[in-house]
Amino acid sequence: MSTTASNAFTAKPGTPRLDLPPVPLARPGRWVAAAVVLLLLAWMVYVVFANPNFQWPVVWKYLFSKDILDGVKLTIELTVYAMSIGVSLGLVAALMRLSDNKLLSTAATAYIVAFRGTPALVQLIFWFNLAALFPRITLGIPFLAPAWLSIDANAVITPVVAATLGLGLCEGAYMSEIVRAGILSVDPGQREAATALGLTRAQTMRRIVLPQALRVIVPPTGNQIIGMLKLTSLASVISVTELLAAAGLIYTRTYETIPLLIVASIWYIVLTGVLTLVQRFIERHLGRSVHDAAQRASASRAT
Amino acid sequence: MIEIRDLHKRFGSVEVLKGIDLDIEAGKVVVVIGPSGSGKSTLLRCINHLERPDGGYVRVGGEFVGYRVVGDRLHEVREQDLCAARAAIGMVFQRFNLFQNMTVLDNVTLAPRLARGVDGQEAERKAMALLERVGLAGKKDRYPNRLSGGEQQRVAIARALAMEPRVMLFDEATSALDPELVGEVLDVMRGLARDGMTMVVVTHEITFARDVADEVVFMDRGVVAERGPPSQVLQAPREARTREFLARLL
Repeated sequence: MSTTASNAFTAKPGTPRLDLPPVPLARPGRWVAAAVVLLLLAWMVYVVFANPNFQWPVVWKYLFSKDILDGVKLTIELTVYAMSIGVSLGLVAALMRLSDNKLLSTAATAYIVAFRGTPALVQLIFWFNLAALFPRITLGIPFLAPAWLSIDANAVITPVVAATLGLGLCEGAYMSEIVRAGILSVDPGQREAATALGLTRAQTMRRIVLPQALRVIVPPTGNQIIGMLKLTSLASVISVTELLAAAGLIYTRTYETIPLLIVASIWYIVLTGVLTLVQRFIERHLGRSVHDAAQRASASRAT
Repeated sequence: MIEIRDLHKRFGSVEVLKGIDLDIEAGKVVVVIGPSGSGKSTLLRCINHLERPDGGYVRVGGEFVGYRVVGDRLHEVREQDLCAARAAIGMVFQRFNLFQNMTVLDNVTLAPRLARGVDGQEAERKAMALLERVGLAGKKDRYPNRLSGGEQQRVAIARALAMEPRVMLFDEATSALDPELVGEVLDVMRGLARDGMTMVVVTHEITFARDVADEVVFMDRGVVAERGPPSQVLQAPREARTREFLARLL
């Protein structure tokens, strides 16, 4: 019985060839979809580049002009300053928020509510108009010591300073939540082990908790930096000539609005592209410190 | 070596320790057994002030842990002093808690360098000797997540020993291990006991208690219900609840 069955099987005329891979299933729908998308893309490129109203020659003319490049530089500077303030404030606020001291944690919560709860634009304009609230800025111990230093607020709070403060303080509120989530993601046993070994709370935080929290903190921080890069365009309303304002200054003079907005957009895309690459590199590096280091070690052992 | 007086601890409305008195001489191994929720782990965690007791005190090597005496009152000490007291008390956890962001070697050298100010080379030399002792010198550059549970726990013991503690606390050190890995950790603990380390061991390993303990302490509902040499507490318990607990365990 079994011999006849196996005979019948091998004798079957359609025994498949094994020297060739299986023929893939035809998917005509995909080809149609791809063709449609390709057609649409071609049409868009045609519309954009054939339409003289886009004024591509004007775009090329201004793309590397001095005013625009100065704007790019200021945009980068504002991003760096605001993110530095944001990350530092975020770390401090997160540590305060996690403190056992009720007053500290309440103060941090109040800061987050105030600065995350109001639009960044409002904060920028508020800081820009600080001189209306405090005509003079004094340095000293509140209520106690006389002022060591007293200066005109208008002289200190330049538009760039107002923008840096506004964006940085706003960012700090978001960053503190990111840092807090990172710290809370670390297994409490890690802290206990460090404490039991006699490390101080500061040593434990710096050597054990924060390095491990970083893996959770870095990816969203990359997003925040990219967000900040574009958020700096808000500073244009308080007459900071960053990238968007630099473009605006030109097109209010020449009425070449669209081409100059394209110029600004090209720069924003280039800058976010660079940041994305940096972010990817850092994430890969951080992941490696824990997982792949061991894999590399075992790989080198195998060879 | 360890002196525990009238130790109380409460979590919310639950009183976990209801006045523990215990004296442990240098070089002795005390095994603490008891049902879960009886306060064994809390007792251990109060010894090095991972939990701040609500009443009573602990002295290790004659020195108060977390307090100093001014006049006739206990005063809390500054963080540095508490850390110094903790550094003299080694602790091994159920879930190992090796630092995930460092290699085995860095796990062992970190605390001596930071808390004791030992220089890097010296710390490394001593760490290697300890890793040799627990049989893991060959894995010094591994990260903890590439080690088996038994290996991680042996590194954790080496890490605690690197601080040259006067006493060692073991909080269910083998409970999270696969059965075939329990032996290698118990062997290391046996070796420590043989070398004269003062040890307080919370465990469910009755065989270990019988073979190694100088004294067995049976805890139940926040008090020491019975204590004595293993031959008495384990083989001929006086208390009904000790008998009940042992019957359930075997």
